[in-house]
Amino acid sequence: MGTVCVGGVYPAGCEKKRDTAAHSLLIGSGRGVFIEITHRCSPTLKWLTTSESFQLSRVCDIRNTVGNVPMEWYQDYPHIGYNLDGKKIFKPIRNKDELDEFLDKMENPDYWRTVHDKTTASDIRLTDEQVDLVHRLQKGQFGDVNFNEYEPSVDFFTNEVMIHPVTNRPQDKRSFIPSLIEKEKVSKLVHAIKMGWIKPRKPKETTPQYYDLWAKEDPNAILGRHKMHVPAPKMRLPGHEESYNPPPEYLLTEEERLVWEQQDAEDRKLPFLPQKHSCLRAVPAFSRFIHERFERCLDLYLCPRQRKMRVNVNPEDLIPKLPKPKDLQPFPTTMSLVYRGHTSLVRSISASPTGQWLVSGSDDFTVRFWEVNTGRCMKTLEVGGAVKSVAWNPNPAVCLVAVCFERTVLLLNPSLGDRLVVSSTDQLITAYEPPEEDKEQAVTWALSEGLEHNMGHRLTLTHPKAVKQVVWHGKGDYLSSVMPDNSSNLQVLIHQVSKRRTQNPFRKNKGLVQCVSFHPLRPYFFVATQRYVRVYNLIKQELTKKLMTNCKWISSMAIHPGGDNLICGSYDCRLAWFDLDLSTKPYKMLRHHKKALRGVAYHRNYPLFASGADDGSVIVCHGMVYNDLLQNPLIVPVKVLKGHQITHDLGVLDVTFHPTQPWVFSSGADTTIRLFT
Amino acid sequence: MGGLQKKKYERGSATNYITRNKARKKLQLSLADFRRLCILKGIYPHEPKHKKKVNKGSTAPRTFYLFKDIRFLLHEPIVRKFREYKVFVRKLRKAYGKAEWTGVERLRDNKPGYKLDHIIKERYPTFIDALRDIDDALSMCFLFSTFARTGKCHVQTITLCRRLTVEWMNYVVTSRSLRKVFLSIKGIYYQAEVLGQLITWLVPYQFAHDHPTDVDYRVMATFTEMYTTLFGFINFRLYQTLNLVYPPKLDSKAESELKAEHEEDYAMDSESYLEKLSALSASLARVVATAEEEENQLDLFPTEGEDQENMQAREKEQKEQEAQKRLFEGLKFFLNREVPRESLAFILRCFGAEVSWDKSLCIGGTYEVTDETITHQIVDRPDMDKQYINRYYIQPQWVFDSVNAQMRLPVEDYFLGTTLPPHLSPFVEEKDGDYVPPEKLKLMALQRGEKPVQEEEDEEEEDEEEEEEDDEEEDDVDDEELTEEKNLKKMEGTRAQGKTLAVKVTPGKVKPWETGSVGNKVRLEQEEKAEEKRLAIMMMKKKEKYLYDKIMFGKKRTTREVNKLTAKRKAHEDASKSQKKQKKAKKQ
Repeated sequence: MGTVCVGGVYPAGCEKKRDTAAHSLLIGSGRGVFIEITHRCSPTLKWLTTSESFQLSRVCDIRNTVGNVPMEWYQDYPHIGYNLDGKKIFKPIRNKDELDEFLDKMENPDYWRTVHDKTTASDIRLTDEQVDLVHRLQKGQFGDVNFNEYEPSVDFFTNEVMIHPVTNRPQDKRSFIPSLIEKEKVSKLVHAIKMGWIKPRKPKETTPQYYDLWAKEDPNAILGRHKMHVPAPKMRLPGHEESYNPPPEYLLTEEERLVWEQQDAEDRKLPFLPQKHSCLRAVPAFSRFIHERFERCLDLYLCPRQRKMRVNVNPEDLIPKLPKPKDLQPFPTTMSLVYRGHTSLVRSISASPTGQWLVSGSDDFTVRFWEVNTGRCMKTLEVGGAVKSVAWNPNPAVCLVAVCFERTVLLLNPSLGDRLVVSSTDQLITAYEPPEEDKEQAVTWALSEGLEHNMGHRLTLTHPKAVKQVVWHGKGDYLSSVMPDNSSNLQVLIHQVSKRRTQNPFRKNKGLVQCVSFHPLRPYFFVATQRYVRVYNLIKQELTKKLMTNCKWISSMAIHPGGDNLICGSYDCRLAWFDLDLSTKPYKMLRHHKKALRGVAYHRNYPLFASGADDGSVIVCHGMVYNDLLQNPLIVPVKVLKGHQITHDLGVLDVTFHPTQPWVFSSGADTTIRLFT
Repeated sequence: MGGLQKKKYERGSATNYITRNKARKKLQLSLADFRRLCILKGIYPHEPKHKKKVNKGSTAPRTFYLFKDIRFLLHEPIVRKFREYKVFVRKLRKAYGKAEWTGVERLRDNKPGYKLDHIIKERYPTFIDALRDIDDALSMCFLFSTFARTGKCHVQTITLCRRLTVEWMNYVVTSRSLRKVFLSIKGIYYQAEVLGQLITWLVPYQFAHDHPTDVDYRVMATFTEMYTTLFGFINFRLYQTLNLVYPPKLDSKAESELKAEHEEDYAMDSESYLEKLSALSASLARVVATAEEEENQLDLFPTEGEDQENMQAREKEQKEQEAQKRLFEGLKFFLNREVPRESLAFILRCFGAEVSWDKSLCIGGTYEVTDETITHQIVDRPDMDKQYINRYYIQPQWVFDSVNAQMRLPVEDYFLGTTLPPHLSPFVEEKDGDYVPPEKLKLMALQRGEKPVQEEEDEEEEDEEEEEEDDEEEDDVDDEELTEEKNLKKMEGTRAQGKTLAVKVTPGKVKPWETGSVGNKVRLEQEEKAEEKRLAIMMMKKKEKYLYDKIMFGKKRTTREVNKLTAKRKAHEDASKSQKKQKKAKKQ
C-alpha cells in the first residue's frame, strides 16, 4: 500500500458494479421490473431447452412497443399495445378472475415463480436462474455471482506525512510583519472603548427583584395629579345568571335566546348566554375569556374617564309639599248637569251677571239660552253663521248679549229675567240720538226692527272683516271686537253702545291679534298677539307693558278680578301666570294639560281659575292672590274634571265660571255644555 | 374700551386638555411607545365636561388627555430607556446585517433594561393604595400563568406569573383570608379580605386556550409587566406582615414529609419546589418560629349607648369571621382525579381542612385513598365502584356552597349522582324590591338556624291527597244514587232523633254602597291621596319632574324584571310538578 494512486484507474470490478447497479435500480420499483429483467436476460438465454425456447420465442414475438407508459391507458381498448410489426396485441379474451387465480394457486406448482406481464397480458414462468437472481437482489447482494465485493481498497492519497514540502515557494513577507488590518481593527476597538461606545460588561444586579417598596411610606404623600385622578371602577361582580348551575328562572327561553343572538354585541343586556351544567365536570372553557381580559385592559388605558355625580334622592322628597285640596274648598268637584241641544261644537259660552242664565254659541248657526239650575233651553235663536263668540253684558242693570258670527256683531236682548231690566235695556237703546255731525265710522250700526226685534235683535254692527271675539268692558257700555288680520291695523275695534260710536285704537299693526280684554277696574286694555300680551293705557293712549309669554301661540287670556294678575293659555299646552307688579315674564308656567289649551277663566269671587284643553279635561286650580304685595300668589291645582268626549281631536273649547257660585261651565266639541259643581 | 382683544380657546378648559396625537408629538414617541408609557404610568384619557369648548368648537370625536398628565410624563426616566432600546434594536440589526457576531454578542450583553419600581411607588404611594388596585393584576397573572409556554409571550413572564400566583395563594391559605367563591361559566371567582380590603379575582378553568387572533398580546404583555412588578412587591410585603420567609419556603417539617421517593420522575429539580409550593398542602416557613396564631382579641373599652351597640355588632362580626375561618377544621378530604385539584385544595386549605389526592395526580399528596380517617371524598362522576362506608362522597359544589353560606351545609343534596341544587352567586346583595331566588331564601332561613322545611315530602303528600280526592269524586259519580239514598236515610235518622238539620248558612254579601261606612271610606281616602299626589306631581318643576320620572321609570323596570323572573320560576315549577305527576301515573 505504499503507492500513490494519482490516475483515475478503476479496478476491474467497477464496470460490473455499474451493471449490477442498473439491475438493483430496476428491482426497486415493483412488479414491472421483473419483466424488464426478462427482456434484458432474454438474449442471454440461448441455451434453454427447445420447448422452452419455443415458448420464449413466442414471448419475444409479442413484445410490446408502447414503452414505459401506464397500462391503464389501454383499459378501455380491446388491445394493449403493438408488437414489433406494428400489429395490435389483443387482450386475452377472458380475464382471470379470483376463482381462477385461486385454482391456479392451489393447483399450479409453479405458481410462486409465475409473474404477470401487464404489457403483454400474459403470465411468465421464471427460470431457475432468474429466481436465483431475484433472491440475490432481494438479499441486497450483487446480481453477478462472480463479483467480489470484498476486494482490498486502494487510497487515492497517502496518509503518511512527508518530510519534504511539495512546492519550493519562499514564504510571503506578510507572514513576518504585524497585520495592518488587525491593527486597524484593534485601534477601532480601542477608540470605541475610549469614546465610551463599547462598554464593559455590566456587573450582574445584586439587588433582589422584590423588596419592601413601601418601607418608608408617607401616608400624606399624594400625587400632584391626584386632584383630578379618577380611579378605574372595579370589574362588575357576577350575578346569579353567571353561575354554572343557575336557578332555572335565569336561563333564557327559546325566544329570548333568539333575540339575544340577533342583537348586536353592544345592545345585549348580558354579554354571555346563561347556561346550566349538571356537574362541574361538564363545564367547558369560556371561549371569550382572553377577549374579556383584553377588553378590560383596553378600558383601563383607553376609556375616557369622567367623574359623574349620582343623585341619590328619595323620589317622594321631590314632590312639592302643597296645601291639601281639602283645605282649599270650595271648588267644583263633580259634574252635575249636561246641557244638550246643540248639534255642532259649542264655541263659546257666557253666564249672565245674575248667574241665572247661560248663553252659548255654536257652529250649528244657533245661539241658545239655558237656565243654569235646570238645564232647560229657554230660547234658541238662529243667526246667519257659525257663532264665534258670545258675551253677556257684565252690568246687571242691562240685559244685553253680544254675539259675533262672520262679519257681524249682534247685540241681543234675550228678554230673560227681570222685566224692568229688560225694558230699561230697550229704552237705553232707543234713547239714542244721532249726533249733529255724522262721522265716518269703520262699522255700520243698524237698529233691528219688526220680526227681528221680536226675536230679540237690537243692534247689528257690520264689520269690514270676519269677527272672532267680542268682549264687554266691566261697566257694560263699551264693547270690543277682534278681527284677526295680519296685514292691516284694523284688527281691534272698540264700540260704545250708548253713543253708537266705533273707534280704532291702534294705528299700527303689531301682529296677529288673538284676543283682547278690558281691565276690570282701570282704563287698561290687554291685547294678546301670537306671542306677547301688550297692555295699553286707554286714557294716555300709550303702551304700558309688554308681557313675554314664552309661548309659541296664545289661545286665550283671562284677567284676575283684582286686575294685577293675568293668565294666558296657549296652543303649546302651557298656561302662563303673570303677576303684573312683579315682572313681564311669567311668574309661573303650568304644563298641566297634555294638549293645546283652548280656554281659561278666573272666578269673580273665589280664588279659583280653570283651564280647558283639547285633552277633554278641565283643570281647576286654586290661585290665591294676596293683598300683601310681598307675598307671591299661591297656585295649587285642586281638581281635574273630566267629562267631555274628544271629537275631531277637539275637547273643551271654552270654560267660564258661575259669577257667584264656585261652579264652572265648560263647552266642548261633543256638542254639550257641562256644569261642574 | 381699552385692553387686548381676548382670543378664543387660549384659556380655560381648552388649554387644560390635549389630544392624543398632540401629546404624542410633544413627547416625541411612537404610538406604541406612548401606549406603553400610558399603561405603565396609569395615564388615561379624560372626558371633558364641555367637549365642544375643549375641542375648539369642533364636535369631532376625539380623546383628550389632561395636559398636566402629559407634562408629568415629560420627566419620566423611562422614556429615555425606551429610546435607548430603540437604538439598541437598530444597532443589533446592523450588526446582524454585517455578520459581526462578536458585536452582536457584545450588544446582547449590554441590552438596556428598565425597572418599574419607582413607577409603582409613584402610582401607589401607600401599601393600601396598591392593595386596593390589585384585582386586575391578580386576574391577569392567573390568566397568564395558564398559558402554554409557546408563542404568545415570553416563557419568563409565564413562569413569573405562575410563581407570583402560587405565592399569593399560599399567603391567602396561611392568612385564611378567603371569604367567597363562585363557580361561574367563565371561571372561578374568589374573594379574599386582605387587610380590610376586599379583593376579587377570576381564575379560568384549566383548559388549553384557544388564542384569539383579534387580541393584541403586546398590550396584555405590557400590562402584565406592570402587574407582575406590583404583585411581587405586594407579595413581599404581605409575607412580611405574616412573618413568613420570602420567597416562600416550605416548613422544614413539611418538607421532610413531602420528600417523595420518585420526586425526580415528577419534575426537574428546578421546578419541583414550585410544584410543591403550588400543591398548597404544606405550611410555609416563618422567619420567627412562633406558636400558632395567637387570638387577636378586641380590647374592651367602656362605651355607652350607640357605641356599645356598634361595639357589640363588631364583636359579633368578628366572632362570625373566626368561625368561618375554621369552617372545615378537623375534616379530612380526598380529591378524586376528575375534580379541579388546585382550586379545591386552595379553598379547603383556606378553611383549615386537610387535603390529599392521588399520588399520580400531583406532587404533595399526604395520604392515600385507603386512609380510614378521611371524612369526605370529593367526586364528580356519576358512580363509584368501590366506596368506603365511613366517608361522604360529595360533589365539589358542596365546598363552594358551604363557604358562601359560612356553614357546613347538609351533605344530602350533594351526594354522588344526585341532581345538584342551583349554585348562587354570593356577590349579589338583594335590596328590598329585588328578586330573591327561593333557594336563597331557604339558605337564609338555614343560616338563621331554622330547620329546613321538608317541602318535597309535603308536596308529595299534597299530591296524594289530591289524588285521593279525585278518587272520591269518581266514586261519587259512579254511585250517585247510592249516596242519595244514604243521605235520605241520614236525614230520616236525624229527624227521628228530633234534631234540626244542619242548615247551610252562607255569609251574606255586603253591597258595595252599603259598605260606605268602612270599606268605601278607606278606598275613598286612598283615591283622594292618589289624586293629591297626582296634582302635586303636576306642580313639580321641570328639572325635578324629569328626575322623578327617571327614578320612577327605573323602579318600574326593576319591578317588571322581578315579575318576569317570578313568573318564569312559577312556570318552571308547575312544569316540573306536572312531570312528576305524569311519572307517578306511569308508575302506577
